[in-house]
Amino acid sequence: MPDVLSAPLVVEFPFTRSLGPVQSAFLTGLRERVVLGVRTTDDRTLVPPVEYDPVTAEEIRDLVEVTPTGTVTTWAWNHAPRRGQPLTTPFAWVLVRLDGADTALLHALDAPGPDAVRTGMRVRVRWAEERTGAITDIACFEPYDGEAGEPGATGKSVPAGGHSGVFGDPITGIVAPARLDYTYSPGRAQSAYIEALSARRTVGERCPSCRKVYVPPRGACPTCGVATAEQVEVGPRGTVTTFCIVNIKAKNLDIEVPYVYAHIALDGADLALHARIGGIPYDQVRMGLRVAPVWTEGARYPDHYRPTGEPDAAYETYKELL
Amino acid sequence: MSKEPVAVVGIGQTRHVAARRDVSIAGLVREAAGRALDDAELTWADVDAVVIGKAPDFFEGVMMPELYLADALGAVGKPMLRVHTAGSVGGSTALVAAGLVAARVHGTVLTLAFEKQSESNAMWGLSLPIPFQQPLLAGAGGFFAPHVRAYMRRSGAPDTVGALVAYKDRRNALKNPYAHLHEHDITLEKVVASPMLWDPIRYSETCPSSDGACAMVLTDRAGAARAPRPPAWLLGGAMRSEPTLFAGKDFVSPQAGKDCAADVYRQAGITDPRRDIDAAEIYVPFSWYEPMWLENLGFAAEGEGWKLTESGVTALDGDLPVNMSGGVLSTNPIGASGMIRFAEAALQVRGQAGAHQVDGARRVLGHAYGGGSQFFAMWLVGSAPPGS
Ligand SMILES: [Zn+2]
Repeated sequence: MPDVLSAPLVVEFPFTRSLGPVQSAFLTGLRERVVLGVRTTDDRTLVPPVEYDPVTAEEIRDLVEVTPTGTVTTWAWNHAPRRGQPLTTPFAWVLVRLDGADTALLHALDAPGPDAVRTGMRVRVRWAEERTGAITDIACFEPYDGEAGEPGATGKSVPAGGHSGVFGDPITGIVAPARLDYTYSPGRAQSAYIEALSARRTVGERCPSCRKVYVPPRGACPTCGVATAEQVEVGPRGTVTTFCIVNIKAKNLDIEVPYVYAHIALDGADLALHARIGGIPYDQVRMGLRVAPVWTEGARYPDHYRPTGEPDAAYETYKELL
Repeated sequence: MSKEPVAVVGIGQTRHVAARRDVSIAGLVREAAGRALDDAELTWADVDAVVIGKAPDFFEGVMMPELYLADALGAVGKPMLRVHTAGSVGGSTALVAAGLVAARVHGTVLTLAFEKQSESNAMWGLSLPIPFQQPLLAGAGGFFAPHVRAYMRRSGAPDTVGALVAYKDRRNALKNPYAHLHEHDITLEKVVASPMLWDPIRYSETCPSSDGACAMVLTDRAGAARAPRPPAWLLGGAMRSEPTLFAGKDFVSPQAGKDCAADVYRQAGITDPRRDIDAAEIYVPFSWYEPMWLENLGFAAEGEGWKLTESGVTALDGDLPVNMSGGVLSTNPIGASGMIRFAEAALQVRGQAGAHQVDGARRVLGHAYGGGSQFFAMWLVGSAPPGS
């Protein structure tokens, strides 16, 4: 059995978030070194705030300011911080109930080691130098000896009280980049297919039950639900079964438009694969056109397919392979 | 023991637009859910369970958004289910909710589907680069356009039919205040003159990218008796799936779609859908899918669907109006799109469709599909309860 291929796969995207009124006030407040919560209909204060009461489902907009000091309600030590986490040195993940709040906020606590952290310890916000209206405007929490209701980071007394949530230049949206790191493996069947392609051979697999030849093979027949193993070389020639003419440039594709994107049933295959047609004006491509692959040096796949000059295939011969 | 009859007593949706930058995802779903409850004259406490659907999580990048949306939907302390069947999910979600009522598990269920496409890029979410594989060569419409050409070849339809569908649906949308596209100056000439993106699909024959949500309140016979407005009654509902790719797959008229429709018609006692059904709201993301689905759903014989479009049968004042709301061609918050179809069918039989109401609509089909013609979901609703 040939080696099964594997390769890193990174999936990342800068998702955007429209904040809505409550999160907008919360994040803009952080930029101004003000921590806002929201008061529920049963008079509890939730920090971070939510838009809808978890108990009654009522819309809640009654913002209150709480102090930037609080108490750790539980924690876990992070021995090895990863990329994108709040601190680059080992730290504690903590849930902090800020003074004046009834719920706890998840953040990082800067502490020399796990021995320095305990449930019930007093902490305060360490504000980031550069603040943009994001949860990272709280750089982290740090141990704090003072009492609740002591002067806040703004330098003036901030008793818990109502807040309009109105600030100049409010933050209404944020970018929330996401990244996932995978090790991808195409599995046995596709690894064998890719291996054969490197010798410019197209090898599919035949279903032992329905006898259909799958190209590229997935290792199982989706109709019969049985494993496939018998390898069958198909092509190299094939028939254009249907196509479209692409007139708009796709991102990350260095192909001049217009070009033809076609479904091609290789001789001996029981379903069509997709490829570009070249070597013929785009407006002369037609269903039934006979084609053959054109390879470029070092490429894993044929660059495109070109006409062979054979007479067109009759519709009856490929109408099940569109 | 027979099934409990299921009634739609509340419908709500957002005014669909390209980007709802003024609300969070929670705010978006809340708006639709609140309107559905208002329509039913019910409160959050009257809802026994919540069934929610959306397209892949990559579309907004919030993993399992239903967890955070529980507060906004009054679901805390109640059963909450998430349904996931790609583009058909709005339909499947409604059917799962209906099943809970029909099985007498719950008396009243809130069902909702949404998409906030502006927070991401659906095309990116659907075409992640996979190691060793050839990159996708054609973009969004490149997947669909070859199937349209196959349909044209098979049916012999004139190439004018696609533009007729787009012109009809965009004009219907002008009568629907919730539709995303309101092209007041639309003409058939403008549709025909729009750029050919993926020949044979023109720009004006493609769906937009929308932010939106749709919600319905489903209830049992007792709930329907208390409803302030006429309910829509579920007469038949079904889901079917098949692989996206397999030897013998018919992309023009997938077997799963035929089987799904046949199941719905059997449940509802429909023997001739063209005669027995008054209107249909079907999932048409590219204009040519109207004639294709008309055949797949049994409204026309194979190869004849385009004749219904061409002769005006599917127009709002035709004999079988199709996509009275303006359809997916005018509004496409992907995860919600299936439920908007189902909701439009219910609005029609309730007589609540406003300017796009079909006079005397008694039985209307709602249809959704997705995942490369992999998933199908349909329901037939009526103005009278089943068996009457
Ligand atoms: Zn098989």
